[in-house]
Amino acid sequence: MKQSKRGRLRVAGFAVAAFALAITAAACGGSNSSSSTVPGSVSSSPAASASPTLTPVPLQAGTNVGAGATFPAPIYLKWGSDYNAAKGVKLNYQAIGSGGGIAAIEAKLVNFGATDAPLQEADLTANNLAQFPMIVGGDVVVVHLNGVADGQLKLTPDVLASIFMGKTTMWNDPSIVSLNPGLTLPATKITVVHRSDSSGTTWIFTHYLTAAAPSVWTAGADKVVPWPVGIGGNGSAGVATSVQQLSGSIGYVEYAYAKQTGMTTTQLQNKAGNWVKPSIASFSAAAANANWKASLPSMYVVLVNQPGADSWPITGASFILVQKSQTDAAIAKQMFDWFNWNYTSGASAATALDYVPIPASVYSLIQKQVWPTVTASGSPVWP
Amino acid sequence: MSTVDSELLSNAGAPRGSAKAEPRGHRIRIGDPIFRGLATGSGIFLAVAMVGLGVVLVVDSWPAISGLGTHVLTTVAWSPTTHEYGALAALAGTFLSTLVAMVIAVPLALVIALLLVELVHPKVSRVVGTIIEMLASIPSIVFGMVGLFVIVPFMQDHFVPWILGTPLGSLPGIKPGTQFAGGGVSVFTAGVVLAFMILPFITAVSRDVMKMVPQVTKEAGYGMGSTTWEVMRKISLRYANSGIVGAVFIGLGRALGETMAVAFLIGSVYTAIPHSIFDPGTSIASLIALNFSEATDKLTVSALIELGLILFVITILFQIAAQAWLRRVQRATGGRA
Repeated sequence: MKQSKRGRLRVAGFAVAAFALAITAAACGGSNSSSSTVPGSVSSSPAASASPTLTPVPLQAGTNVGAGATFPAPIYLKWGSDYNAAKGVKLNYQAIGSGGGIAAIEAKLVNFGATDAPLQEADLTANNLAQFPMIVGGDVVVVHLNGVADGQLKLTPDVLASIFMGKTTMWNDPSIVSLNPGLTLPATKITVVHRSDSSGTTWIFTHYLTAAAPSVWTAGADKVVPWPVGIGGNGSAGVATSVQQLSGSIGYVEYAYAKQTGMTTTQLQNKAGNWVKPSIASFSAAAANANWKASLPSMYVVLVNQPGADSWPITGASFILVQKSQTDAAIAKQMFDWFNWNYTSGASAATALDYVPIPASVYSLIQKQVWPTVTASGSPVWP
Repeated sequence: MSTVDSELLSNAGAPRGSAKAEPRGHRIRIGDPIFRGLATGSGIFLAVAMVGLGVVLVVDSWPAISGLGTHVLTTVAWSPTTHEYGALAALAGTFLSTLVAMVIAVPLALVIALLLVELVHPKVSRVVGTIIEMLASIPSIVFGMVGLFVIVPFMQDHFVPWILGTPLGSLPGIKPGTQFAGGGVSVFTAGVVLAFMILPFITAVSRDVMKMVPQVTKEAGYGMGSTTWEVMRKISLRYANSGIVGAVFIGLGRALGETMAVAFLIGSVYTAIPHSIFDPGTSIASLIALNFSEATDKLTVSALIELGLILFVITILFQIAAQAWLRRVQRATGGRA
């Protein structure tokens, strides 16, 4: 193409200018968490940069910022709005999952993190975090069987584990029939429904199976496990939908979810050998009977399979994580004021949403043993 | 007016080549070089962005690539707790669901495009064409939800039992495997909804390309006594061949990468390869989407990014194949694109 030298120079010039502009824009937009209002250093480790779903919110007076588990999100948001109406301090809670919450608090991007799967003491010390339970809930086993009503079917841990391992495949298997003499169980295949996404509900459920039926359940206990059989549902809603659509299916969801959608739950045999139904009372029994004192300082307690005549075996607590050394005493105090309000005045809201509030005895333990370890400039932020 | 005359006159004797580059008279026509520069810059920027994306994927997945080797591609066990990251089930599920989607969508799209261009009144063609284009603007998660509440029960209660009752039901690939869960959530259901999602793209592009077939050529065909079908097959489709191939590969790219709709419908079984299209499975995109937010372990994050890299490479390979095929077709039809 015949172009004069001046024309070619002009084209080259504009091309270089556009290119340089693009590179500059990319470089400026690259460090998106570099907003100067975020206190503390933003760690550049892969773990921190791997929480891409969290948008850093500047930590400021007037708002408590948290992120983490989806299981307690409804009650945290309710508490946040009630507290805002009472005291004028807002809550910004991003329900991105327990893993995201842990990563966020480790990177100091939020005031507090929320997790269904508590951290072990070694992890807490390594990241200088304090951990305490905030709310208790339960998981239930739901089934879809024509002719079986809510709370009728009885399952022992071994039978339940065997179903989820794929070893018991038919509903009229002798092991299930012998537990339920009054029910007519059909000769249909059992379809197992589990969670497809990584979740605290799975963590609690698999911990229960490992604790109560260790000889049968061998797939481990974590937020994601290699399920031997079954299809995955996306979130509790997905599991619930799949169970409701598939006749002969069995799954596990949070109690609140099952109750509000009217699903058919089962009875389970707890550690004491009694048949219990899921209810606020049986969850509270499990939470109260747990040995919180022995778990200090990490408060790592897995509430599954707790002793007690009325304890529901698949109970789980949801935990709060905070940095032990706070940079701003006023913001820390603001956050702990909210926590205190939740424990002391939030019980009715919690039970209305089908959660179990932490018993007062456990709260006083938290206040005396865990909260003094959270300091700002050397002195405890609470009281 | 006098300015225009003097410009024209002043350049009357100038050689053609230099007229573009030199400013005419007193007016500097700067639009051309600016546009050319911006266009070149944008092109370069796009190329840099693509390469940059690939580089970022490789760098972030390096711990997984170096630590796990080819295990991601050859093993089936997905268990982050025990550091097993076998995504063979996801690969198989991606390919199977895309295959089902293409087998359903491509013939349907071509038939619809032919219908719209050749067989119906232009007004009807416009209306139906608009409706199909509206299908393209529906968010994919809406497809997923509608699929979960409408198509899954239909598959489970009516379609799958029916088809398994026919002789087709015992063919390999259709006969249920060990993971069969009623046929509701399955590779096939995901493929059907994917077909709905890619249909508008293939139809719209095919229709536009087929409209460009010269009327003269078609009339020549009719004039020689060809039937409508013969004209469609031998003239329209052949003329629009490369455009249709391009459209099909756009649809293919979309089907390979579709995340949320597939996540709702495919059953999320990570630990076994589907033996039948009615078995549940998983796909690479839905596996990543469902596990990324809770992946705290560095190796898990890296393995998920490696899966993203694999999907990226697969899509690029398909696009290269598409370009190669298009070039071959162009050469065969004498250079006509």
